[in-house]
Amino acid sequence: MPSAGQPHPRLSVTPAACTAIKRLRAARGGPVMFVQSGGCCAGSTPMCFPHGEFLTGPGDVLLGEIQGCPFYIDSALDRAWNHPELVLDVADGDPEGFSLGAGPGRHFVTLSPSGPDGPPCRASGVCVGQPAASG
Amino acid sequence: MRYVPPGQPGSIVSVDPRYENYIGGKWLAPTEGKYRVNLSPATAKPICEVAESTPGDVELALDAAHAAKDEWGDRSGAERARVLNAIADAIDENREMLAVTESWENGKPVRETLAADIPLAADHFRYFAAAARAEQGSISEIDKDLVAYHFREPLGVVGQIIPFNFPLLMAAWKLAPALAAGNCSVLKPASPTPWSILKLMSVLEDIVPPGVINVVTGPGGQIGKALAANPRIAKVAFTGETVTGRLIMQYAAQNLIPVTLELGGKSPNVFFSDVMAADDEFLDKAIEGLVLYAFNKGEVCTCPSRALIQADIYDEFMSRCLDRIQAIRQGDPLDTVTMLGPQNSAQQLEKIASYVGIGREEGAEVLIGGRRASIGGEFADGYFYEPTVLRGHNKMRVFQEEIFGPVLAVTTFTDEAEALAIANDTLYGLGAGVWTRDGDRAYRMGRAIKAGRVWTNCYHQYPAGAAFGGYKISGVGRENHKMMLEHYSQTKNLLVSYSTKPLGLF
Repeated sequence: MPSAGQPHPRLSVTPAACTAIKRLRAARGGPVMFVQSGGCCAGSTPMCFPHGEFLTGPGDVLLGEIQGCPFYIDSALDRAWNHPELVLDVADGDPEGFSLGAGPGRHFVTLSPSGPDGPPCRASGVCVGQPAASG
Repeated sequence: MRYVPPGQPGSIVSVDPRYENYIGGKWLAPTEGKYRVNLSPATAKPICEVAESTPGDVELALDAAHAAKDEWGDRSGAERARVLNAIADAIDENREMLAVTESWENGKPVRETLAADIPLAADHFRYFAAAARAEQGSISEIDKDLVAYHFREPLGVVGQIIPFNFPLLMAAWKLAPALAAGNCSVLKPASPTPWSILKLMSVLEDIVPPGVINVVTGPGGQIGKALAANPRIAKVAFTGETVTGRLIMQYAAQNLIPVTLELGGKSPNVFFSDVMAADDEFLDKAIEGLVLYAFNKGEVCTCPSRALIQADIYDEFMSRCLDRIQAIRQGDPLDTVTMLGPQNSAQQLEKIASYVGIGREEGAEVLIGGRRASIGGEFADGYFYEPTVLRGHNKMRVFQEEIFGPVLAVTTFTDEAEALAIANDTLYGLGAGVWTRDGDRAYRMGRAIKAGRVWTNCYHQYPAGAAFGGYKISGVGRENHKMMLEHYSQTKNLLVSYSTKPLGLF
């Protein structure tokens, strides 16, 4: 498994999301990618696709990589949201749009460390490159 | 009046344990034999099972659509109109059944489905029946002997992907123009709300020729690409969020086909001081106009989720609005007195709670609501959220991000220029509202707001005949208007010479 290098300061991942990504990678035999969405029904949800499925362009900002899986946000959305940092997590419920799930009946979500969950998100630790055995 | 929930003794809605895909005029089991449970958001309990389709099922639907397209496309406008009018009549005849079905599956109050969703869906088919008959080509006399004839020809088979917030009306918005223009459709309902459309097809199966409408249910992650990227569709239409919109446009680029996209918003609703110049029916309408953020639980792409109120009337106007919000009756979506039902899913509920938390963190003041609603009884597990108002400023995230729930972000402005600046300070441009007794100002504001629809002294009306669609990143193309026939057809030009003279070049 390739190492993605140093942790990116703008993206961190909860252990649950780490585990889900690890399982997705194993099940699919390769990495996935994340693209933060906005607007309408599933807006504010990160969409998870097979790696390379979504064409990114110069207007997309790479927030970080988790186990070789990049996470992008549109630069205009990034400016409007003004989130200094995002946390990738999982929650109950099926994925929306064309997104892959985070396991049966689970989907990926993005949180903000300054959000309602506050410090626990920030304390969840950055998981970049090789995940810990526990996920 | 309270309707009995579908499937229970005495209900006007029958429920089969399991629903198949509707393909080629038949109910076809999914090829891989998988099903998923479909929940009611009011109780979080199952309604039925629906097909969890795979790409093979999409191919079967495309086979059926292609088999039907030539015959359907060759029908005259009058013949197609007869079918569309028959669809409308069937919807009207089954109005209560469909209204209860959709309310139970989506969570929206039945007073809305009875009064808006279902009648509007029927009317939409009638509008496009009329448009199909009135459609005509054109002739250009290029010169005395050279004539250009322009005919509208169908595209063939189109792919249509719709959201969960108006399962039947969004199906009507997509299907009616496509069929009117002579196309066949493969429709993918939203994963949380497939059943309403299957119930609709059950009342249309003797009306619509086989293969003209095909419905394939299942998660977008499994069948979305199979439809949207399929080289056998001639157009794709989608309503949803921005990333899927981009992905669909990317697939369309690979197949060189057109798209229609409707992608959400963060719509401003602007109230000028003069709405309070008199305590009259218009003021009452304006107050209701603010409270319309709770329409369909706020699960509307055009939800007026940012209220901009002129500062000198803020206290009194907001006080009256809060009284009206306080009076919102929340609970059983099948009770006709209920104004606010459950959110569509646990995911939506969680997202709303999260955003209200974010609003609090960034200093917004909670004027009302701000928590999950306790309904109790059989609805104890339903996804209810209290109608909520947050006061803050437009740079806050709750003013910039679409929450898709009954959450209003309210702020003030001092003059028209500031109102306009705040209104346009958003990535989106789908809807907007302007409330004033000054017609000149209403016109100036309406023209200057960068949104596809500016409701002026009204909000949340969706009549067929008024074009609907987005500016900025809120979408591409328009719906709800006869111009849709252009979106769903291609122009055939016959350039005919009535001269016998050679060009003389060879």
